[in-house]
Amino acid sequence: MEDRPLEYDYSVTRLFMMNTIFVGIVGMLVGVILAWQMAYPELNTFLGEGLAEYTNFSRLRVLHTDSVIYGFVLSAVWASWYYIGQRVLKVSMAESRTLMILGKLHFWIYFAASAIIVVSLLMGITTSKEYAEFEWPLDLGITIIWLLWGAGIAGLIAIRREKTLYISIWYFIATFLAVAMLHLFNNLEIPTYFGSGGIGAWYHSVSMYAGTNDALVQWWFGHNAVAFVLTTPIIAMIYYFLPKESGQAIYSYKLSLLAFWGLMFVYLWAGGHHLLYSTVPDWVQTMGSVFSVILILPSWGSAINMLLTMKGEWQQVAASPLIKFMIMGSTFYMFSTLEGPIQAIKSVNAIAHFTDWIIGHVHDGALGWVGFMVVAAIYHMAPRLFNREIYSKSLMAAQFWIQTLGIVLYFTSMWIAGITQGMMWRAHDEFGNLAYSFIDTVEVLHPYFTIRAVGGTLYLIGFIMFAYNIYKTTSAREVEASELQNASPMGA
Amino acid sequence: MFHWLEKNPFAFAVVVIVTIAFAGLVEIVPHFAQQARPVIGTTPYSTLELAGRHVYIKNSCNACHSQLVRPFKSETDRYGDYSLSGEYAYDRPFLWGSKRTGPDLMRVGNYRTTDWHENHMKDPASVVPGSIMPAYGWMFVNEADIDTSYAEQLTVAKFFGVPYNKPVPMKDGSTKIIKMGATVEEARAMALAEAKLITADMKNQDVKDAVENGKIPEIVAIIAYMNSLK
Repeated sequence: MEDRPLEYDYSVTRLFMMNTIFVGIVGMLVGVILAWQMAYPELNTFLGEGLAEYTNFSRLRVLHTDSVIYGFVLSAVWASWYYIGQRVLKVSMAESRTLMILGKLHFWIYFAASAIIVVSLLMGITTSKEYAEFEWPLDLGITIIWLLWGAGIAGLIAIRREKTLYISIWYFIATFLAVAMLHLFNNLEIPTYFGSGGIGAWYHSVSMYAGTNDALVQWWFGHNAVAFVLTTPIIAMIYYFLPKESGQAIYSYKLSLLAFWGLMFVYLWAGGHHLLYSTVPDWVQTMGSVFSVILILPSWGSAINMLLTMKGEWQQVAASPLIKFMIMGSTFYMFSTLEGPIQAIKSVNAIAHFTDWIIGHVHDGALGWVGFMVVAAIYHMAPRLFNREIYSKSLMAAQFWIQTLGIVLYFTSMWIAGITQGMMWRAHDEFGNLAYSFIDTVEVLHPYFTIRAVGGTLYLIGFIMFAYNIYKTTSAREVEASELQNASPMGA
Repeated sequence: MFHWLEKNPFAFAVVVIVTIAFAGLVEIVPHFAQQARPVIGTTPYSTLELAGRHVYIKNSCNACHSQLVRPFKSETDRYGDYSLSGEYAYDRPFLWGSKRTGPDLMRVGNYRTTDWHENHMKDPASVVPGSIMPAYGWMFVNEADIDTSYAEQLTVAKFFGVPYNKPVPMKDGSTKIIKMGATVEEARAMALAEAKLITADMKNQDVKDAVENGKIPEIVAIIAYMNSLK
């Protein structure tokens, strides 16, 4: 009995994986529409004047960020958790009825809440706080979803056979705890319906914090939502999938320790860099800047650990498109975590803040690091979830190059756009008057907005190729006799 | 120690939460001991202005417009005095924004008029050639939610002591009282009276007729809010 390999239960993983691909297409499509709207504003009414309210940039913008972060990325994180968790803890979810029920509830409540969120954002029901736009009833729903996941983590750990927690599990635990804390404190609000004794919209609320304090809490949240939704769980994924796919052990345990605990301590301080030259206290701004620069250490610690894991095995990068995605992802992670601290230096931030350079920075992290790691994770999991080989390796390679080209067009155009606009805003003529009116600094951006839209479209095309590849994989007839173990399906 | 932590998930979780909560405790908590105090001349929003603020939020205007003038010559030349913390004392939520696809609006009430906003919201490029801002035609049709605005006023007055119906010091040494209705009916009537002052400067006949019939389109509320930003 004990000699037989464990049969893991992937039913919840499969649900989250399908949702990742579906929401990924929707969220990225909305992003592409937004990009074209900025280049060609008449596209704000692309479904006609009658529906203008719902196709307008301002309504779609929120839908894009939230669907990509909380729809696409979180689904992928959870698909990976329900896959990695069982494997590194050496226990199957099917061993516990409770865990299976929790897992399925987790998915279906999340799915229902996502649908409500899409409708409510299109209707304009928002608190305005970036990445925390949801009104109080949805905040409560999100809390339930989060606790269901937490109960699943705790339950699986409680019945584990492997007593030592693997690095990926550290990062999943940190993700759970940090987001719970951030979500709770940033969304403290009073429903006005109850505060006023039954007047007005029942779903409306007012923030517990005002003005500068509100900004401080919001960017403590906003910055660390990036850390603990778009960074730590993705690191959890690469720590598992890269060694599995390459057959190489993680280069250094000590470096993993340094990177993990360093990231935990340093990341939370850096939120102040979103508020440089604002009305928050100077020392908080300085701390934000300084800790952002220190943050390079733990970030690069993880990324270098990944690259050195490939030591002596670099031919795999050439041979396997899957390894390409992960190595390029790590590289973009290094790139993005260097760019961020540069933008957090006060004198650079004076130019960069409020411009498209920030958008460029977000996207080389989101498209290059997060997007590529999600794609790699699903390519690695799909053969094992469905007992089928990936449909087409050449399609994967084509996707990789098309998406990489898309990212390069995206961030280069946004660099130029951001720095151009930042410099034009501050330019004075020889008499000390402003050299440009605001609209001058908008019109000059048109070519860069167009290039960005092309880049985004290429990335979306690549993602649709990915969805097609996975679809053909799952619907293929050929079934592998036994689960593929250590060998990569892409191996030469 | 690390090896031990990796075998004891509960202790591990405790150490993680302490490590991540530390920064917030040091950076954020001290500021709550000291409530944000309004600077002289900062007043709470009237019912109509607050309804306009809700329209602003509903349409994510903050996705493209900031409300934060940084202390640089180029910004004070373009937008007016740099922002002071106390000016935001009644802003729940804050609306600083993080992107300027369009210009800052912190003091837009100083240099734009009702008439300008009316034309601009209907067709931005007609007022600012080359503008990439979309038109907001539905604001001329949809009704502003005055009741929810009043509910928020009651809530912030009760829970945060926002000084409605109380004298607030002004820059010239005088005081001003921002009135809030005692009942929702009174609040609606006060918002309507304020709306009529706005529509007096507007041209759109449908909007004027709506206000005459006791309805307040969103455009009137958002213009009241824009005009209050000084």
